[in-house]
Amino acid sequence: MNMTLMRENESPANGFENVESVPFSEKVYETSNLNLWYGENHALKNINLDMHQNEVTAIIGPSGCGKSTYIKTLNRMIELVPDVKTTGQIKYRNRNILDQSYKVEDLRTQVGMVFQKPNPFPKSIYDNVVYGPRIHGIKNKKVLDEIVEKSLKGAAIWDEVKDRLHENAYGLSGGQQQRLCIARCLAIEPDVILMDEPTSALDPISTLKIEELVQELKKDFSIIIVTHNMQQAARISDRTAFFLNGEVIEYSDTNTIFSNPNDKRTEDYITGRFG
Amino acid sequence: MKLINKSQVAKKMPVRLAVNTVCKGLFFLATLVGLIVLAILFYRIFTQGIGSLNGDFLQNFASRKPEEAGIKAALIGSIWLMVVVAPVSLLLGVGTAIYLEEYARKNWITTFIKVNISNLAGVPSIVFGLLGLTVFVRALALDRSILAAGLTMSLLVLPVIIVAAQEAIRAVPRDLREASFGMGATKWQTILKVVLPAAVPGILTGGILALSRAIGETAPLVVVGIPMFIAFLPQTVMDTFTVLPMQIYNWTSRPQEEFQQVAAAGIIVLLILLIFMNSIAVLIRNKFQKRY
Repeated sequence: MNMTLMRENESPANGFENVESVPFSEKVYETSNLNLWYGENHALKNINLDMHQNEVTAIIGPSGCGKSTYIKTLNRMIELVPDVKTTGQIKYRNRNILDQSYKVEDLRTQVGMVFQKPNPFPKSIYDNVVYGPRIHGIKNKKVLDEIVEKSLKGAAIWDEVKDRLHENAYGLSGGQQQRLCIARCLAIEPDVILMDEPTSALDPISTLKIEELVQELKKDFSIIIVTHNMQQAARISDRTAFFLNGEVIEYSDTNTIFSNPNDKRTEDYITGRFG
Repeated sequence: MKLINKSQVAKKMPVRLAVNTVCKGLFFLATLVGLIVLAILFYRIFTQGIGSLNGDFLQNFASRKPEEAGIKAALIGSIWLMVVVAPVSLLLGVGTAIYLEEYARKNWITTFIKVNISNLAGVPSIVFGLLGLTVFVRALALDRSILAAGLTMSLLVLPVIIVAAQEAIRAVPRDLREASFGMGATKWQTILKVVLPAAVPGILTGGILALSRAIGETAPLVVVGIPMFIAFLPQTVMDTFTVLPMQIYNWTSRPQEEFQQVAAAGIIVLLILLIFMNSIAVLIRNKFQKRY
């Protein structure tokens, strides 16, 4: 049902013109020869991927293929898991983030993240949005108020919550909570937004809203989204990377991946023969 | 062919339901035993002690004559003790719990330390008394002061507070921490703004239980050498003092019948103090939960 809905007013994101313009946009992330181990388990194998500014890059693949691991490496969230080892390079804006002299706090003010399960804080809607700016030291009430309005509007949830900014965020529905989390992420004015299966816990209508939102957001941000929903990748992304068993099998513009994949395994996966 | 024989399921049904009812009854009985004993205790204490419990009792110092004996020194002493124990044990306990749960690496040393802290919670209180006598009273030459007794008591309740705080901190959902880290918060900011507010109710519950134990504990203070009979009020933490359970113990060990009544009155005062402390804990807890 979602498919048809989107088809009718499909954005030119997947259209040919857009693909033409792709090679000219600036690179945000350049991953080269990335390997990652969880203890003895070799979870990411020799990953080479570039991600571009003002684009939506989708990462697809079956469960356990390493797509979540990879996106969590992009903001070094993976370090919360004990016993993780990496080799290789991930350059964000020409600086290797895997270098321990790159402070994660610094990186994460540039690279925001939206998680699989909506995870608002048990605080008011307002306090959720200003959490990021506050920890970065912004205290001016007027500035914070403006950030709240701008972020909530940016996440397309302002109209629904503007009269109850000081109510508990847990009172919102799942879809609203996820958009609040997106607003909370926008509030730190990041450069890149990482989304780790942001709609997997949501109903179809909420999913559609988030997908539309992603299309809006890519005007101002670069978005990298992990999804196990292939139609979603096809609908919203400019480029798609197909992961399998910790390797990148194929990476190219979304149109090619879905209409004319190079690799047999990609074709098998997107046609639903496995995964 | 069906694998489940429905008639057999139906035959088993009354037995399952009967077992269910019996178990409910058994657990209710278990609860009842405790309640009845508690009720008898309360009844005895109140009937014995209520006669001696009056304004004079609260305002008089201990005396050799039961009708003049009062609880003033012990009551004020117990409050003084709390003034030392509460901040020392809570700060050290919560600090340790934060370090162990949030900062310490997960390896065998950390596990070893955690197991031993749990073990310490079971060490007899008299052992802590000996420790306090050696370290605080003698080595640090604090003498039999409120400070020495308070620090000894803090050590005694510390393991309980650490374990309670650890559990409360561990119960904070991982995705809340991730959300905070994901926005570039430092570890300390995450602890201060996300972990601790969510863990406060649990920490306070454990903390107050521990303090209640400290207020009723006698043995370590006997070892430290706190006097049982005192007729002045302490002015600073370096003065000597006595506490409610010591005073009660002193009275119950006297032969005169009247002193048993005075002791009962003392127990009532101790119980009221405990209820008061627990109510404060509930109030703080509710306040923190309302903020969400």
